[in-house]
Amino acid sequence: MAKIFRTHILVSIDPETLLSGAKGIYEKFKKEVEASKLSNEVMVAETGNLGISNKGVVVVVYPEGVIYVNVKADDVTKIMNEHIIKGRIVKDLVFSGEKVSGSSVKMELPKQNRVVLKGSGEVDPESLEEYIGIGGYEGLGKVLFEMKPQDVIDAVKKSGLRGRGGAGFPTGLKWSFTAPLQGEKYVICNADEGEPGTFKDRLIMEGVPFRLIEGMTIAGYAIGASKGFIYIRGEYALSIEKVNKAIETARKNNLLGKNILESTFSFDIEVRKGAGAYVCGEETSLIESMEGKRGNPRNKPPFPGVKGFRMNPSVVNNVETLANVPAIAVNGADWYKKLGTEKCPGTKVFTLMGDILYPGLIEVEMGTTLKDVVYKFGGGIKEGKKFKAALIGGAAGAFISEKGLDVKMDFDSLGEWAAVLGSGAVLVMSEDRDPVETLNSILEFFKHESCGKCSPCRIGTKRLELISKDIMKGRATEGDWETMKELSYTMKLTSFCPLGQSPYIPISSFSKYLEDDMKKNLNK
Amino acid sequence: MIKELTLYIDGIEVKVPEGVTILEAAKKVSVEIPTLCYYKDLTPTGNCGICVVEVEGVGTLKRACCTPATDKMKIHTNTKQVLDARKTVMELILSNHPNDCLQCYRNQNCELQTMAEKLGVTELPFKRFDRDMPLDDKGFIIRDSNKCILCGRCIQACQNIQTVYAIDFINRGYDTKMSTFMDMPLNDSTCTNCGQCVAVCPVGALYEKSSIDEVWAAINDPTKHVVVQEAPAVRVAIGEEFGMAEGTVSSGRMHTALRRMGFDRVFDTNFTADLTIMEEGTEVIGKVIKALTTGEIGKHLPVITSCSPGWIKFMETFFADLREHISTAKSPQQMFGPLAKTYYAEKEKIDPKNIVSVSIMPCTAKKYEAARPEMNASGYQDVDHVLTTREFAKMIRQSGIDFKNLPEEEADELMGFYTGAATIFGATGGVMEAALRTVWFVLSGKEMDNYDIKLVRGMDGVKEGVVEVPLSEANAKALNMKVLPVKVAVAHGLSNARKLLTKVATQLKEKGASEYHFIEIMACPGGCVGGGGQPYACEYAARARRADGLYKEDKEMVKVRASHNNPMVQKIYKDFLGEPNSHKAHKLLHTKYVDRSDLV
Ligand SMILES: Cc1cc2nc3c(=O)[nH]c(=O)nc-3n(C[C@H](O)[C@H](O)[C@H](O)COP(=O)(O)O)c2cc1C
Ligand code: SF4
Ligand code: SF4
Ligand code: SF4
Repeated sequence: MAKIFRTHILVSIDPETLLSGAKGIYEKFKKEVEASKLSNEVMVAETGNLGISNKGVVVVVYPEGVIYVNVKADDVTKIMNEHIIKGRIVKDLVFSGEKVSGSSVKMELPKQNRVVLKGSGEVDPESLEEYIGIGGYEGLGKVLFEMKPQDVIDAVKKSGLRGRGGAGFPTGLKWSFTAPLQGEKYVICNADEGEPGTFKDRLIMEGVPFRLIEGMTIAGYAIGASKGFIYIRGEYALSIEKVNKAIETARKNNLLGKNILESTFSFDIEVRKGAGAYVCGEETSLIESMEGKRGNPRNKPPFPGVKGFRMNPSVVNNVETLANVPAIAVNGADWYKKLGTEKCPGTKVFTLMGDILYPGLIEVEMGTTLKDVVYKFGGGIKEGKKFKAALIGGAAGAFISEKGLDVKMDFDSLGEWAAVLGSGAVLVMSEDRDPVETLNSILEFFKHESCGKCSPCRIGTKRLELISKDIMKGRATEGDWETMKELSYTMKLTSFCPLGQSPYIPISSFSKYLEDDMKKNLNK
Repeated sequence: MIKELTLYIDGIEVKVPEGVTILEAAKKVSVEIPTLCYYKDLTPTGNCGICVVEVEGVGTLKRACCTPATDKMKIHTNTKQVLDARKTVMELILSNHPNDCLQCYRNQNCELQTMAEKLGVTELPFKRFDRDMPLDDKGFIIRDSNKCILCGRCIQACQNIQTVYAIDFINRGYDTKMSTFMDMPLNDSTCTNCGQCVAVCPVGALYEKSSIDEVWAAINDPTKHVVVQEAPAVRVAIGEEFGMAEGTVSSGRMHTALRRMGFDRVFDTNFTADLTIMEEGTEVIGKVIKALTTGEIGKHLPVITSCSPGWIKFMETFFADLREHISTAKSPQQMFGPLAKTYYAEKEKIDPKNIVSVSIMPCTAKKYEAARPEMNASGYQDVDHVLTTREFAKMIRQSGIDFKNLPEEEADELMGFYTGAATIFGATGGVMEAALRTVWFVLSGKEMDNYDIKLVRGMDGVKEGVVEVPLSEANAKALNMKVLPVKVAVAHGLSNARKLLTKVATQLKEKGASEYHFIEIMACPGGCVGGGGQPYACEYAARARRADGLYKEDKEMVKVRASHNNPMVQKIYKDFLGEPNSHKAHKLLHTKYVDRSDLV
């Protein structure tokens, strides 16, 4: 049993806080705790990203759940003396946004219903005991000893879980294509997370890596795979470290490897480092890249579920998708279906960015309106400005103006607004911002990320970027804007993979919701 | 059991077996879907985006070349949406292409040009923007990346068919280009100059360094005596450039055209092909006897042919340890070279420094071979200029010659008389067959009853078998056997060569001997008929038809069918060389190989 401490000091360690000196703060807390002879009472631990960005080093103190931000070396002594020893919260360092869930302190923002992020920022990501303490591995136990693989697939099917990698493909259905196939099969976790600004998958991997491992193991059991791969974006050094540590711990505890928990099921997981290109997040490019080839997409069909890695059947799922699986296993499909909407059950992690008061991650139920996401969970627009537009779903996402604030954030409802949920990135633009600039950076992004395989995308993205530059320089005509729209439509029809098909989404939604803003920039 | 599918293409019902693509299914009902990057013998990649069609129930258009047909599929290949999309894609490609067709090597013979017309492109709505990439013209294969449409055919040819891996796509997105490792010049890479990449390139992005101007200059220089030789495979392909079917035998027309173009002497590489058989055959027999009498099998055998310069560079690069096993006999082109400047020069009393020796070859690697520094046995560069079949066709057109309707003439006899054994050199297995005809004669003292050795013919990648050669009394005594079973193998295309050679190298290493006595290797699929300098669009089926033409000439059109019976070959030994493998023959007609394994 893990030792019980009076107080936990959790220092958030992620690439961003590391740059702000989080390691130094962590060491200083340890030293001070020892110096104060509190080692038996107070535990200092690292934790993953807390979903708060742009706030320097972030520290949470439990049981109160107080979040300190912008913590500097001098503040450590202050927090120790005031909070830890005297029990007085250091008010000027307290984060004014939402507290992490489970906090006993009064919430200033609505509570999030966390499924995949549950425990992130609270538990020590390296501690298996703590993960078990919040219900971890209950799902795998139940699956291995009470369910047949087909039962697991049925449950996931019934739960209505849909892929969180962007396309929203029903997960149970995907598994059911691969399950009956013979031979070596794989579960591949897509942790390439190439969407600019998005870091939900990172948070899961750095905050509760065991949840991902448990989810993958259940997936492996369901489809009859003996091997899993997690393809992690190369820049995510900390995620790679945390996931690797968790895999090792799981192996040591018979939660991975031969005869898991003494059952007849064997499964192991290996981490693969991503090659760094956005298109490598597309499942067939990802597989090509895993095979050591240039990360260009493959033709589909055959789909990876039939011929994937090394031409063997491979289920590719996003991190967040897999992290939903343990909870479904424990609580059942009916419980899951109560969350979210009928066609899109469950929760969704959104990355809030841009001119929003509290940028960072939120996990809310599917179907939450854009208005609630922005105003309730995101704290509204910075400096009380007016909402101008949002870009939902990342670069391959759609623009929506204030006309669309009531849209429900789930796969289907957004589709009705000619928008997409995509990776769940929400870039909020205030009245001070010209969305044309955002469109321009998206088109630069596509030009940069085209893999170059097919002519419509390779040349088309370059053309779009050229026209966009003209727009930015005020020398484009209405005709150029028309060309842009038509060209992106041809690219949607003829590009080999979804990357080249995507610029149509931001461009057509821009035209639909923000045409006047474009007009202002034309015929100057 | 393969499932049968029923689908509807433009409303026409078509039944196909499972696994067939939309493109193939459409062909069955005479619906021609336009393609650009697609090439029959390669794996479809879907790179260009031209072959798109509408499939009912699918939001985007699908690529016909790589989308498998499914049951009940409803396909539309010529709706306005489809036609507009294809045209826009083509306009995009053209917006990033130099469009300097009038000066281009491929003018009038360019798949991009043809397709643009087919898709109805009449103006270029997108502003052009150039890529401005430097020309790679250091070697004999020129690479103009600005013209490249990134279809990927060359890369597949080099990697999958040839397993050379000299080229690949480098960079990403708009900056993607076909290039070598580290973007080096092709000439400094492992490239074998085989030209299979050139043969499949749809545009003017890959082409041979031309010698047309130099050859015209020599012809028009009154102080020069210009002699020409033509490889076997040229005669069954050149007609394609003038609307004739693949495999049409044009030996006579070819000789006439060359005379009309102004060459002083029109000889034939086939003559030195016969000579190659005498030299190489003698070498093989000598080595077999040595191996059998000394028992050092692995030291002397197998003997591997050396006529294909792409293969030679491949061997020097990837199998340098096997150099001792390669026949030292030069290729027919390089036997012709020194003999023209010695034997012929002496006979005609011409100062060899005034002789310009031109060869017409189905091959780009022959340009490289002629330029190898050791190829100067005559005291001069033995072969001065090498033209590909394609360059030859251009020169015929420039001369205003109506090739198709030309009368047929023989080559000049002294170095132009040839046998059927020589002409089949141009097809895979031909050198082996020609050599066996002579080896049989030398060992048994009798002609073969039937010259056709079928086991080495055909398009299988590696062919092998045993030919039982009856021995003459003297040979039977010397070797202590009545019949010599000669184990032979033939490989064409470097991937097949790699397979066979890996086996041979392993056997030599592990057992000290390989199972084969004599191996023929040609760098190009199909042998020289499929050479990198042949008319474009030479799919495998076309290569096979060209080979058929050669077998036809051998069987039906020539007077003599075995090299040792060529009277002009007998004459050159009598008048000039002495006997096969003589000291003089060695000096002029044999060579050494270089270790290039550091290129890898
Ligand atoms: C250009 C491109 C980039 C993508 N990037 C990612 C990514 O970073 N992470 C991800 O999970 N899926 C990404 N996808 C989607 C994957 O192809 C695939 O649909 C997904 O991993 C399937 O998992 P899911 O069913 O759990 O959603 C991308 C797709 C495209 C076309
Ligand atoms: S659409 Fe773009 S990213 Fe996709 S294959 Fe074509 S060039 Fe590559
Ligand atoms: S000439 Fe042959 S070896 Fe050289 S790049 Fe082309 S295909 Fe490859
Ligand atoms: S060089 Fe020719 S064959 Fe190679 S990719 Fe470019 S266009 Fe295609």
